[in-house]
Amino acid sequence: MPVLVLPKTSRPAARVHGRTWQYTGVPRWVYLVAAVGALFILLPLAGMVAQVNWGQFGALITSEPSVAALLLSLKTAAASTALCIVFGVPLALLLARAQFFGQRILRALILLPLVVPPVVGGLALLYTFGREGLIGKSLTVVGINIAFSTTAVIMAQTFVALPFLVLSLEGTLRTAGQKYEAVAATLGARPGTVLRRITFPLVLPGLISVAVLSFARCLGEFGATLTFAGSLQGVTRTLPLEIYLQRETDPEAAVALSFLLIAVAVLVVALTYRAPKSPLRALMSPEAAP
Amino acid sequence: MTLEFNATIAARNVKLELTLDAGETLAIMGPNGAGKSSVVQMLAGLLKPDSGSAVLQGRALFSLSPGAQWLPPHERGLGVLAQDPLLFPHLNVLENVAFGPRSQGRGKADSRVSAAHWLQEVDASGLATRLPSQLSGGQAQRVALARALATEPELLLLDEPMAALDVNSAPFLRSLLKRVLAGRSAIIVTHSVLDALLLADRIIVMDGGRIVESGPTAAVLAHPRSAFAASLAGLNVLQGVLESGSLLMRDGGRVAGRLVSAFAEAPQPAGGLEGMAAFAPSAVSVFLAPPQGSPRNCFKVSVGELEPQGEQIRVRAGALSADISPAAAAELGLQPGTEVYFVVKAAEVVLYPA
Amino acid sequence: MTLFNTSIRPRRLRLGAVAAGTAALALSLSGCGPAATAPGAEPNTTGTAAAELSGTLNVYAAASLKKTFTVLANEFEAENPQVKVSLSFDGSSTLVTQITQGAPADVFASADHANMKKLSAAGLAKDSPVDFASNVLTLVVPPDNPANITSFADAAKPGVKLVVCAPQVPCGAATKADAAGAGLTLSPVSEELSVTSVLGKVTSGEADAGLVYVTDATTAGDKVISIPLNLANPTVNQYPIAVISTTKVPELAQGFIALVTGTEGQKVLQNAGFGAP
Repeated sequence: MPVLVLPKTSRPAARVHGRTWQYTGVPRWVYLVAAVGALFILLPLAGMVAQVNWGQFGALITSEPSVAALLLSLKTAAASTALCIVFGVPLALLLARAQFFGQRILRALILLPLVVPPVVGGLALLYTFGREGLIGKSLTVVGINIAFSTTAVIMAQTFVALPFLVLSLEGTLRTAGQKYEAVAATLGARPGTVLRRITFPLVLPGLISVAVLSFARCLGEFGATLTFAGSLQGVTRTLPLEIYLQRETDPEAAVALSFLLIAVAVLVVALTYRAPKSPLRALMSPEAAP
Repeated sequence: MTLEFNATIAARNVKLELTLDAGETLAIMGPNGAGKSSVVQMLAGLLKPDSGSAVLQGRALFSLSPGAQWLPPHERGLGVLAQDPLLFPHLNVLENVAFGPRSQGRGKADSRVSAAHWLQEVDASGLATRLPSQLSGGQAQRVALARALATEPELLLLDEPMAALDVNSAPFLRSLLKRVLAGRSAIIVTHSVLDALLLADRIIVMDGGRIVESGPTAAVLAHPRSAFAASLAGLNVLQGVLESGSLLMRDGGRVAGRLVSAFAEAPQPAGGLEGMAAFAPSAVSVFLAPPQGSPRNCFKVSVGELEPQGEQIRVRAGALSADISPAAAAELGLQPGTEVYFVVKAAEVVLYPA
Repeated sequence: MTLFNTSIRPRRLRLGAVAAGTAALALSLSGCGPAATAPGAEPNTTGTAAAELSGTLNVYAAASLKKTFTVLANEFEAENPQVKVSLSFDGSSTLVTQITQGAPADVFASADHANMKKLSAAGLAKDSPVDFASNVLTLVVPPDNPANITSFADAAKPGVKLVVCAPQVPCGAATKADAAGAGLTLSPVSEELSVTSVLGKVTSGEADAGLVYVTDATTAGDKVISIPLNLANPTVNQYPIAVISTTKVPELAQGFIALVTGTEGQKVLQNAGFGAP
């Protein structure tokens, strides 16, 4: 029986078949407009790289304030990412799986930090955890001061990155679907077992990707940190704050540090796209069932 | 009685009641949207009905209004095999099958021994170390069956287990199922009359969320009462009132036939009995003009569609079908819309009470 | 065409009338009041050409000038109905970067000499810049003064959450110099990137004390208590202003600078806490 085999548009197919031509149905002008879009992102990066004083680069990025800022940034971003995972995974699970009253509103509110300016986020944190803030007042009474501490930096970064992680992971969880979990349950697995042995392994590659991107998001945090945490070398002055400050007196150092930040981000993005192939994706690929 | 089940779901317009004997395999058939899969999901604990109850081996799976008892899926002790094998993609075949025993609290080594045993039962021992992505559809479904059986369920629920398989894999799995279902309590949802015939002891036909017909598979297929069962059995079925060896239809037409032996000797009520007349499409002859002086049944119809049916051409006309040879179809010059006469000998028509 | 009116008008400016126009403006600034705003009524105009300033003037000013320059721009517009003043406030160094990168500024008012020098070095200051105001630092504390600070020395005590500007920005440089002048070693909990951030940390009650300009303290009103530093030689920050050499409306620019440096401008600035240049 003759069968019309339509080319699959999914990525794995294209990969496996290498460079074999396949019909794509993309009009030519799309390439042109897309190229403009790509250039708009790539050109400023090129412009930045062109400004780097390579002769001085090593000295500029190894100055004491630069190293302190870089180390602080890496340290706080790592801590924030860990917090994002600890609190974001359960949140994403609830949003993707559970059914409860107010779920839609909760989702909309949780995603707010994604759309409000980071400075606003910083103010919100200040009015909550600051010395005169909603919760901060009580914390001060028991001797906990968050403002001007590294903790404040981590909170600011977590605040902006958490919604990002929750949103992406919820999407991953929805794609992973509940069918496997239902099958596992009919096989006698308790909800905890299903989570540990089925759900987590299935979304792990997605979780790694989104955690790495959250890390990058934390690394770039500026507005909320500045507003909530302050700026002190080695304590609260992260790399973006240091860049902003260096710009005042030493633009070359600012450019060098900016390049460093971009380099770290590129590394992070590259790592993300090398994340281990999702078993789900393997399942969905047309080669799965020969 | 292994299973007693009744449930209603208003949102899906489902309301039914069914029972299952120990070791019995029940086939649920019916058109799409009839509510067949809802039955499986309710029993598995994946879908909650508005009211009803289910008791398996004297154990309540759920009991709602009155009562509010609901066992979660993992405590029900049922095995489920769906159309999609849904093997856990990150576990290899052996680990997939061992998942059930492990989840039931058995040791790792013990579970693997059990998994290996069930893989052998489905002739899939050689696949133990493969990942699901390396299996064909038929292989995956066999492994999924082994996985469902490895928990040693008291009831096996099969939801169109062969629907996604290609024509080469289905027969193998069907014969495998025939082997494992022997002596097991099972419910199989299927579209295939072959599955029902080979695997099920009893059949239920659902339509619009209700059971419209039920009985031993052979009886339902031989004497279908619903349109769906008739189409399953591949028979022409007419409704009417049984009257002295013939069926009087509502439009006044009369169909002569022979009463099934079980009813032939029974006394017939005066007002007649609601009944059916069934005959195979192959028993129908097609003529352009009405045949003269014959004790045969004759229906004047207009040809609807012509379609291949094995070596024959199936001529559909309203609720009736006739199977004739391609040569005959060509000779008659049949086209959709042609006025023809379907003729069937009384000896070919079976009459039975509804 | 209304959208482009303002950009077309400067080209219609009659050059012959410019001198008279500026004179009229200077007159109006020296306190003649609204009556003098109709240039056509001026007696000294040459010929029939009535001098009327028109067009859009882009003023780039240090963030600390926001309040005063907004007032002055409104006055300038009121006196020259055909003129639209467009204000841009930011940190002085940010503005210098923008102007050297081609931002369409006509006037630049800096919060320090260092940034104005950068502009002059780039050949963008038309004439030599003029100082028009000065500013000194003061200590501010929240109204409830949680750390009981009464002097500059108190703010340097350990345990006090003192917030200052980073040494890289003008107010931070002044802070460093004033601390040295007072013989104090400051141990701030934060070195902010701008003086507004310092003030924000104090008004929100987050910090016990902060070092800001006197003008910032004035702006904050009763949200802070101001404690003078009482230094023998306080660091005085001079505010220079200059016309940008690439301006297409030099008359407007000059006119605005005349307003700022004139009596009226000085009154507005000093009301806001600025010192005389």
